[in-house]
Amino acid sequence: MAGPPSAKRRPRRRPPAWPRRFAGRVLDHAIRAATPLVSRFRASLQLRVVSSTLIASTVLVLTFSFVVAGSVTSGLLADRRETAVDETVNAVERAAEQLGQYNSSADPALSQTMQRIVNDLAEDPVFAPYLLLATGDDDVVKSHPVGDIDLPSRELRELVREGSVASQHGTFDFDDAERMPYLIVGAPIQLGVDFELYAFYPLDSEQDAISLLRTNLALAGVALVLLLGVIAALVTRLVVTPVREAARTSQRLAAGLLHERMEVRGSDDLARLAGSFNLMAENLQSQIRRLEEMSMMQRRFTSDVSHELRTPLATIRMAADLLYDTREEFDATAKRSTELLQHEIDRFEDLLQELLEISRFDSGFASLEVDAVDVNPIVEDVVSHHSALAEECGVTVTVHRPKRRVVAEIDPRRVQRVVRNLVSNAIEHAEGRPVDVTVAASDTAVAIAVRDHGVGLKPGHADRVFDRFWRADPSRTRRTGGTGLGLAISLEDAKLHSGTLQAVGEPGRGTLFVLTLPLQAGNRVITSPIPLRLEEEASDAH
Amino acid sequence: MRARVLVVDDDPALAEMLGIILRTEGFTPTFVTDGEKALAAFKEHRPDIVLLDLMLPGMSGLDVAKAIRGESGVPIVMLTAKSDTVDVVLGLESGADDYIVKPFKPKELVARIRARLRRGDDVTPERLEIGKPGLQVQIDVPAHQVTLNGAEVKLTPLEFDLLVALARKPRQVFTRQVLLEQVWGYRHSADTRLVNVHVQRLRAKIEPDPERPQLIQTVRGVGYKAGLG
Repeated sequence: MAGPPSAKRRPRRRPPAWPRRFAGRVLDHAIRAATPLVSRFRASLQLRVVSSTLIASTVLVLTFSFVVAGSVTSGLLADRRETAVDETVNAVERAAEQLGQYNSSADPALSQTMQRIVNDLAEDPVFAPYLLLATGDDDVVKSHPVGDIDLPSRELRELVREGSVASQHGTFDFDDAERMPYLIVGAPIQLGVDFELYAFYPLDSEQDAISLLRTNLALAGVALVLLLGVIAALVTRLVVTPVREAARTSQRLAAGLLHERMEVRGSDDLARLAGSFNLMAENLQSQIRRLEEMSMMQRRFTSDVSHELRTPLATIRMAADLLYDTREEFDATAKRSTELLQHEIDRFEDLLQELLEISRFDSGFASLEVDAVDVNPIVEDVVSHHSALAEECGVTVTVHRPKRRVVAEIDPRRVQRVVRNLVSNAIEHAEGRPVDVTVAASDTAVAIAVRDHGVGLKPGHADRVFDRFWRADPSRTRRTGGTGLGLAISLEDAKLHSGTLQAVGEPGRGTLFVLTLPLQAGNRVITSPIPLRLEEEASDAH
Repeated sequence: MRARVLVVDDDPALAEMLGIILRTEGFTPTFVTDGEKALAAFKEHRPDIVLLDLMLPGMSGLDVAKAIRGESGVPIVMLTAKSDTVDVVLGLESGADDYIVKPFKPKELVARIRARLRRGDDVTPERLEIGKPGLQVQIDVPAHQVTLNGAEVKLTPLEFDLLVALARKPRQVFTRQVLLEQVWGYRHSADTRLVNVHVQRLRAKIEPDPERPQLIQTVRGVGYKAGLG
């Protein structure tokens, strides 16, 4: 209390750095410790409700306890002060009877009388156990050997000297008692000589009562907060459980278990939720079933069309072939007609084949027949198969392949078809310049690139080449009589493998197609061993 | 001796056209339009090869193939309008040796028929063995006889050819392409389903546990090889 003013003011002028540093460190730790908690907090509605209930009820209970404890304490102390003042006034009256005879503080018998009065009063259980009697000129007698006149504060003494009864709280340790709070009541005795009587009333019973009250309040508060937390947990559980069940059920539904339903209990909001959820699931299921049926019908239709068209086409095919083989015996018109018939049947056949393939993809019935095979021979087979066409177009096709085997889990028929499409496409558009076919593998994927140096692609055409029946230049004649579906089917084939088929090209610099397939069936392609870009190379100068 | 061909197809135009082609190529065709009558016709005519449509009125082509397989190992070539794997594999598993998808070129069909009929050329006495004592397959090539641990095993000519091809060079790995060329007579084809299905059928007949083959092993990413050696 009595510290030098400078020491008191210093921290106010320049706040020390350590609280900030300490706070920062605490914050750091708190954030680090809280991160998992925060994510759990965000994830659980129940946790959120329970913790906010706990926080709110704690604040409420604390406020309530402080208010109650404060008012009870001040009430108790006020009562005690009233009785203490009354007792002190009584003691003053008793003391005055004996002190009235003295007219001077210098009387030698005075101090003995004072001591006797004090001792008598102290022994009488009606009065305070500790008393202190002083004359105006600081002649002090005590009921008790310990303590001095400094016990009452200066302010209290001032008030008493001015002639009023005043009180003060203080904590003292008298010789035979523990250190405890006391109420000091000071009263003046104004006779021939002025005396001051100070009575020390122990407040231990009040303190006991207050601490008991505080303990009870704390216990009740904690119990209340916990109870509220439990109630909140139970209530949210009532709500959250069906919500979680709905989440679980919808996950199962999403996973394809279309028969999953929620349990409907009672007729409350949650039951309504379950009811409408089930209705939704019902509708979904029937929709999916309808789509499945449509898909089945589509497949059956495709299959039937396929059969119905192919059988007569087979007869036509054989007849045309027979005619074609004997065309030399016909006159010029009939011969040419036979040749046209033969070519157009080829085209028709290809188109039918590819339309059926596309419709198989569309109805979702294209299936992958995975086999672990070496990719190199597939590519080489295709290229050697196209040697006649390449020769006809004056194109040299070079295969660049790794020496080791590149075993991938692929559908060889489909991959062969893709490579066939790419190679024939490249030869057709190469304009007599060389075509390079490259095979490369990484740890996860195999890539087959087909690069021509022909007409190339106009900007924006790189994606459109995979569109059905799309042609870069409708006026161009097609030597191989492609159907316009080849690349669309190739793209579907690549997708079926979870692979990619991409194109890049520039007018006059040619086109690059890269087919990338995962080495293991079921994996996805992330990066291709062959980058999709036209390399800067000398062959552009062809 | 002209080879007899039994054509089982319900489409009269196609059958007639097939007849024209087959006769031109020097075969003697017989026709059946109904699956029910196919087996009777088969027993009556004893053809050297059967051309079988999969979609037939009455009895389905698959059942006809099974019935004929139950009787004999005569080569069966399926004529199918469906190239879906399910259909092809089902057909092959029912006993067909080869298949050809409609529409087909007459030359292609004739080549397939000839490939299936081309047999019994090698009359040099040749005996092959694969396996180890206790699990031993012996092949008498000219006699077309196969024994497993001394007991005779009935193989169709195609299964026999496949086994011989593998057993002639034990421990050598055959790719499916090579087998297609040697056994089926294909030049350029990646349809490895033919090989896969027939290897399964062969295993089912000679392996004690077809799920864990010992005599005909799969070499992942390459093909098949005969036995432990």
